[in-house]
Amino acid sequence: MSTTNHATDDASAPRGKAPAGERLADWADGRLGVYSLAKANMRKIFPDHWSFMLGEICLYSFMIIIMTGVYLTLFFHPSMNEVTYSGPYVPLQGIRMSEAFNSTMNISFEVRGGLLIRQIHHWSAVVFIAGMFVHMMRVFFTGAFRKPREVNWMFGFLLFVLGMFTGFTGYSLPDDLLSGTGVRFMEGAILSVPIVGTYLSFFLFGGQFPGHDFVARFYTIHILLLPGIMAGLLVAHLILVFYHKHTQFPGPGRTEKNVVGMPLMPVYMAKAGGFFFLVFGVIAAVAAVASINPIWEFGPYRPDQVSTGAQPDWYMGMAEGLIRAMPGWEINFWGHTLQLGVFIPLVLFGVVLAVMALWPFIESWVTGDKSEHHLADRPRNAPTRTAFGAAWVAWYMVLLLGGGNDIAATHFHLSINAVTWFVRISFFVIPVLTFVATKRICMGLQRRDKDKVLHGRETGVIKRLPHGEFVEVHAPLDQGQMYTLTQHVQHQPFELGEEVDENGVRRKAGPVTKLRSKLSQGMYGEGSQIPKPTAEEHAEITSGHGHH
Amino acid sequence: MKKLSVRRRHPLAALVVLLFALAATGGLYAAFAPAEKAQADSSQSLAIEEGKKLYSVGCATCHGTSGEGTKTGPSLVGVGSAAVDFQVGTGRMPAQQPGAQIPAKKVAYSQAQIDQLAAYIASLGPGPSVPTKAQYSPGGADIANGGQLFRTNCSQCHNASGKGGALSDGKFAPTLQGVTPKHIYEAMLTGPQNMPNFPDTTMPEKDKKDIIAYLGEVDSGKTPSEGGLELGGLGPVSEGLFGWIFGLGTLIAVAVWVAAHTTKARKS
Amino acid sequence: MSSHPGSHEDMSEENLPSERSDAHDGAVAVAEDPFADPGLPPHQPRRQDIDERAARRSERAVAFMFTLSMVATLGFIAAYSLIPPSKIVYIFPFGHVSALNFSLGWSLGVALFCIGAGAVHWARTLMSDVEMPQERHPIEAEPEVKQKVLADFRQGASESQFGRRKLIRNTMFGALAMVPLAGVVLLRDLGPMPGTSLRHTAWRKGMQLINVNTNLPLRPEDVGVGSLTFAQPPGLNDNSDDYDDVIAKAALMIVRLKPEDIKDKREADWGHEGIVAFSKICTHVGCPISLYEQQTHHVLCPCHQSTFDLSDGGRVIFGPAGHALPQLRISVNDKGYLEALGDFTEPVGPSFWERG
Repeated sequence: MSTTNHATDDASAPRGKAPAGERLADWADGRLGVYSLAKANMRKIFPDHWSFMLGEICLYSFMIIIMTGVYLTLFFHPSMNEVTYSGPYVPLQGIRMSEAFNSTMNISFEVRGGLLIRQIHHWSAVVFIAGMFVHMMRVFFTGAFRKPREVNWMFGFLLFVLGMFTGFTGYSLPDDLLSGTGVRFMEGAILSVPIVGTYLSFFLFGGQFPGHDFVARFYTIHILLLPGIMAGLLVAHLILVFYHKHTQFPGPGRTEKNVVGMPLMPVYMAKAGGFFFLVFGVIAAVAAVASINPIWEFGPYRPDQVSTGAQPDWYMGMAEGLIRAMPGWEINFWGHTLQLGVFIPLVLFGVVLAVMALWPFIESWVTGDKSEHHLADRPRNAPTRTAFGAAWVAWYMVLLLGGGNDIAATHFHLSINAVTWFVRISFFVIPVLTFVATKRICMGLQRRDKDKVLHGRETGVIKRLPHGEFVEVHAPLDQGQMYTLTQHVQHQPFELGEEVDENGVRRKAGPVTKLRSKLSQGMYGEGSQIPKPTAEEHAEITSGHGHH
Repeated sequence: MKKLSVRRRHPLAALVVLLFALAATGGLYAAFAPAEKAQADSSQSLAIEEGKKLYSVGCATCHGTSGEGTKTGPSLVGVGSAAVDFQVGTGRMPAQQPGAQIPAKKVAYSQAQIDQLAAYIASLGPGPSVPTKAQYSPGGADIANGGQLFRTNCSQCHNASGKGGALSDGKFAPTLQGVTPKHIYEAMLTGPQNMPNFPDTTMPEKDKKDIIAYLGEVDSGKTPSEGGLELGGLGPVSEGLFGWIFGLGTLIAVAVWVAAHTTKARKS
Repeated sequence: MSSHPGSHEDMSEENLPSERSDAHDGAVAVAEDPFADPGLPPHQPRRQDIDERAARRSERAVAFMFTLSMVATLGFIAAYSLIPPSKIVYIFPFGHVSALNFSLGWSLGVALFCIGAGAVHWARTLMSDVEMPQERHPIEAEPEVKQKVLADFRQGASESQFGRRKLIRNTMFGALAMVPLAGVVLLRDLGPMPGTSLRHTAWRKGMQLINVNTNLPLRPEDVGVGSLTFAQPPGLNDNSDDYDDVIAKAALMIVRLKPEDIKDKREADWGHEGIVAFSKICTHVGCPISLYEQQTHHVLCPCHQSTFDLSDGGRVIFGPAGHALPQLRISVNDKGYLEALGDFTEPVGPSFWERG
């Protein structure tokens, strides 16, 4: 009862106090139609789950990046003109460097708070892309990419990829020795592209490497082109989240046709709005205590200098792993050179990402499922998908290890060649092992769910029966739990059917259809799911045991 | 005691006894070996004499009875006193075991003994001699020039701020933090193990001094890390790990709090 | 009250909060279908919902956090105005850090975090936590709507005569396809044509090898066995504008091996008494490769671990590089200095399509 009273108090209070606000709203409604907008959205329901906030981490870190980035542009000079350093950092005084490096030194050592903003900017970027990665995995493992959300999955995927390149162009801007080495790598990678590579490289760098243009060009790409596209995609992504309404985990009262949670106004305004400040606060604190990209330690870029431990930021580590593990293959023919040692990793970089991006479409083609899904899958109930996702993550991790093989070698006292060979072999083996192991774990969890539904939960209470037998008391689940464990839909594998239809006409299944049937068997066949318990099984067991 | 006697017939008992014996031998060696202090003598020939004695006990097994080298150790003729001072002074020699690379460890000899050994080895053939303090002390050197030289000649193996890095087949370039200026100078001069040398003809004394001054500035225990935790100075790998664990990890912990149900008045 | 999982139409009705206490009478449903959806569980009040003192405590906690945020912002302003950027302090366990960065970061962090924590605590303890359902509507349009749209489209299309007047259609497609070419053409001046520029470096016959450290020409006796020296062509000034472009290809690595250690005959011939000059630029993607191991004669690239054997013509022995390090042919001139006998005979650095 008390809750009802609170609700009316809250509703009546602002109405009485703020007629000016209402007049303003009227004005806006007459021009923008805000009342209709608010009617649909002000009390929009959002479900509560920590994993639904991963996307918010990305959104807020993106906003932080934009804000701090604007500040940095006020001081940064995107120029490769040579200057001599004369700032307060002694070990670089009198050293020749580009204006880009010089102004980054100025931001770090002379602009008050400049170092903090630089570090917030860079830490946010690290967190932003890590957040997108985890967010994407959450969506994947719960099947939240299924109809009607496939388009939004693609938007999210594009944001992830663009985020990687925005990060790359960003950390290349200071023109320091570490990032310059990364840019040199990029030049080599572009040169490896057959036929057009040399031209692409000359057009990107304005001539031979390093030239005098790439900082200014990367700057435009980093602060305008890529973030502009990303901002557009982000808005579209959010509009679709609102339009589709959020997915929710299954549970009592939560169905495909509703969404259960708390309203935007006021709970989610406070929670989501508050979360922005929490994210910003945490990243500011991280920037206060941990150094990132201390360019003065690396020094300015010179193409004849290098520092060992030359790695890209973590999100490019996967590409780095590919290139480090690749054997040195190179083909010469008809006066041309195909540098497979660089070009294959370049292609694989796209393949590794595309495999993940395309999964939703492969899955819906195999299942032939045309219905909308708003209840998140429990990962165990989709063993093949979960195993595929886990295998992909393992694949990615192997490549990350490959990207840091020198650090792994020195810190675990291993041979760098041994680490590289481990990565080369694991690239093929680890995903398969992970797939098999994950699928088995999922099946085991399905069996346990079935067992729990039919026999109840193990209580840990041991009882001695009159004839001396010891038994563990199993407590029946309540109905909400039973519903949660049994609500999922189990697909039937797609059968090829009769070769001859009812009119006696031979119907040939094409290779594509056959492939689909095979994949479907693999995904939903006998070895890939445990039939969920039926009401009859339950009735039989509960009546048989004679207790309720 | 009874427990012990029960286990003496255990299959692993022999192994345990062997381990004890080995540890005791090693311990005794460690306790007594450095204790035999040799008399410091101003006379050069006496130092060579003492050094020869030390040599035949500690080094001859691998390097041959008169420094000619064997299958397990290179010839020491012509390596000079600087090489001895570096190898023994950083604890690399005497080596504990063969391997991809002999690591630095606890120094086994006193400086006086090292000087005697160095005198003996120097007597075998001309080679770079131990630098004087005037040669390696970084006072008045050009730090920025040292940085430039370091990035051209050294950072490819030792990392831009001297944190070390990997080489092929399990070898590595060690960290330079905490290495004394004298030893850095000697290393550049003599090129220990797989490190190439940088003789005065290609890298004059002043350049070495500048490099030492630069390292003192950027890689000492007191070097400021303006932005906070240095994270090992390893660059993006450790930054990425930190960002995932403490950045994203903290944010996810916060998200769990934000999304969790508030405690109810009574438990259902 | 049917509550089979399939019939969801009335689900939202029964989930309405006011009806929930009745709806939870699940005994009947169990008998029919043990796995039926029992509907939303009834709302359980929080302490703050029934105890005004607890609610007051929450209120004070929220207000405290907002106040703390204000104090932290003032701290931020104070730190900004009082602490010079050059001040270094030792703070355990972070080390010798910039006092300004540390204090600004923490005060900003606390100022922001407290706003967020206050808002979330407010939402979690004082705002209503009644979970309520909202219905979803199918996204696909009703058939009538779809028919109407298709009919409108057909009408519009036929009124435009787009399908009938093929000439208009084809020329329009042509124009639209061609106009982006203007944009593509505009990109031409982004850079010059490669020409043969990747095939040549600054090295010419008779150029002395200049030590990068000393900026003086090298003599053979300067370079001892086991040493590592870097050289560049004469006349290069690291303050000149094109220094980076030149050194990016011309950087040279000079080592001296015992002549008997050189396995490759050409390598020995192209050197001088065991002194050999190799390109410092990796043939993989162009990192300055110079992790020279003087005992094994291996040189490792720090970027992707391509390993070259300098005693065997710079052959690749590990890693992703596709071909050997180019060697520069050197000799000694009549003044006794090392000199180049011409440019590299093959392009240095990463491979490219036209390399051949």
